[in-house]
Amino acid sequence: MVAADGRASPWLDVDAILADPEVRIVVCCGAGGVGKTTTAAALGLRAAEQHGRRTVVLTIDPARRLAQALGLTELDNTPRQVKGTNGAAGGELHAMMLDMKRTFDDVVLAHTDPKRAEEIFANPFYQAMSTTFAGTQEYMAMEKLGQLHARDEWDLIVVDTPPSRSALDFLDAPARLGRFLDGRMLRLLLAPARAGGRSVFNLVTASFGMFARVVQRVIGGQLLADLSGFVAALDSMFGGFRERAEQTYRILQAPETAFLVVAAPEPDAIREAGYFARRLAADRMPLQGLVLNRVHRVAAEALSAEDSLAAAAALDGPAADVLRIHAALAAQVARETAVAARFTEEYPGVPVVPVAAQPADVHDLDGLREIGASLSAGQLPRRGG
Amino acid sequence: MVLRDRWPARLHVVTGKGGTGKTTVAAALAIALASDGQRTLLVEVEGRQGIAQLFGTPPLPYAEIPVASAPGGGEVRALAVDPEEALLEYLDMFYKLGRAGKALKRFGAIDFATTIAPGMRDVLLTGKVKEATTRAEAGHRVYDAVILDAPPTGRIGRFLNVTAETARLARLGPIKTQSEGVAAFLRSPMTAVHIVTLLEEMPVQETADAVADLTTLEISVGRIIVNSVQPPLLGTGKATRTELRKALVAAGLPADPGTVAGLHTEAKAYLTRREVEETLRDELAALHHDLVELPFIPGGIDRAALLDLADALRSTQ
Repeated sequence: MVAADGRASPWLDVDAILADPEVRIVVCCGAGGVGKTTTAAALGLRAAEQHGRRTVVLTIDPARRLAQALGLTELDNTPRQVKGTNGAAGGELHAMMLDMKRTFDDVVLAHTDPKRAEEIFANPFYQAMSTTFAGTQEYMAMEKLGQLHARDEWDLIVVDTPPSRSALDFLDAPARLGRFLDGRMLRLLLAPARAGGRSVFNLVTASFGMFARVVQRVIGGQLLADLSGFVAALDSMFGGFRERAEQTYRILQAPETAFLVVAAPEPDAIREAGYFARRLAADRMPLQGLVLNRVHRVAAEALSAEDSLAAAAALDGPAADVLRIHAALAAQVARETAVAARFTEEYPGVPVVPVAAQPADVHDLDGLREIGASLSAGQLPRRGG
Repeated sequence: MVLRDRWPARLHVVTGKGGTGKTTVAAALAIALASDGQRTLLVEVEGRQGIAQLFGTPPLPYAEIPVASAPGGGEVRALAVDPEEALLEYLDMFYKLGRAGKALKRFGAIDFATTIAPGMRDVLLTGKVKEATTRAEAGHRVYDAVILDAPPTGRIGRFLNVTAETARLARLGPIKTQSEGVAAFLRSPMTAVHIVTLLEEMPVQETADAVADLTTLEISVGRIIVNSVQPPLLGTGKATRTELRKALVAAGLPADPGTVAGLHTEAKAYLTRREVEETLRDELAALHHDLVELPFIPGGIDRAALLDLADALRSTQ
């Protein structure tokens, strides 16, 4: 990619990252709809087949046919070996789909006794929170990453991040959970439970008394009782929760992690990629580069768009159609180049690798291999240079 | 047929997979429905300030402010609903809270409530949308139509199914009453959900999933809007390499084997893409909802492009 002032982004050497034994985690992040999951799967396959690494790909919400290609038929949180991979280099590819609720349940079970866990599972607030808490998916993806990392069974973990409402939710989720758990509100609700008191709000200060009356009036007694039961039951595991969130956050900052921002040469995706680059830098997370998916290329380079259109206007039949296709493609390439240049202008030091657009979606391992090859082909122009 | 008959709902909920351009389509629909002296409200609920970005205005406050005029003298206003402000407004409206509302904020109660029970957050957001849609002044509706830039397809069922989420939490009391009112409104003929898609595999799959979800929830699906459709450039015939070479020579253009092979490759990739698109179009047609196609806009979306898209929506049958 070349900026308007002629500066070019350095090439992103994907193979060097995948081959580096010090790199244990690759996180693919970026806006929704840019091919993040496909990129994660292609990277995992390449790490296993070309670099002999025992690899697991953690996917969040893969397209159905891609999931089938990876042999993923259910959300069960269990990494399964992907059939049809070439093990000649000594690597393996495993894949799993995140089951958000189950991951949350496992966290609860890990931090409390079975009886208490049952109480928590039965509480309507837990049910709501474990499926719809803003950021639960993000938090649970990080939790699962922490678990896979702690088991130390894998040479490399490739993580696909959730298609978040905000690009940054997955970085914020652990901190948000921490804030929530440290919140004044929660402590107020917990205080009577800790003191063995009956009413949630018998710890009354002047303004809190007014506040409690409002809450009672608005949400009703039953809801308040459920809520207080919920926070009391969770109380025992708060410390563990926060500790794990912080631990995962530190792993993400460590040199063993490589962040790759995935984008497509479209204005929204490039803007989002810029947010990511800024945010990762602010959080001191190791950004390795940008994977620019769906980049179109002109195959007949000697023909300009203008000449093709002029020729097409003077012709009839299929040849004229083909020249129009060429002109449209050349125009698209020009647009994509201009959009991609915005990223290079803003982040001239961030390495970039373009990945050729595929005419059809990828549904099998051969398609993923092709993308993997395209991802590493970025090195070729540097040879001898 | 007049516009109102073709887009009969009062509340138009616009959803779609991320990246399909649902904010753009929602804005274009707001302009289309405001034309000829009507007034519409374009609402966003996810705090992304997508409307402000689209119209190139400063971030929207929690207020209904004009963002565009429509052909024939109509007006589009926009509102970014903030759940915290919506809750305070709601509490004030029903409970005359005054100082206590501020206390709620100070205690972090609102942050807490929307964190621990996101279903309640959705009731507040949809409740505000309902209020704006049904609001009347001096016997007349304030808005002829309200267009909601809604959460994406993956979350739309849950977002609109407000009663299920809150019924689990609040079996009695004002929140239950409020959510039941909103639920009835969302299931009435006043509301239609339009799904924006592209002729790409994932968005089409999610469109089918969303249609199924919404149908199960008895929420009415309006139109399926296929965005960024490129006009077909190729007839049925395929050009051979010889024909291509002859054409290039006739036009005085480079006709070396590399260029001819390149053109051939480009045409083949184009045909593959077209076949995929045709298959996906068939899959969309099989969902049995009206399809609307919007053209691809090459230069990115600006106000002129929004007006073009609004025109395309207006002329939809």
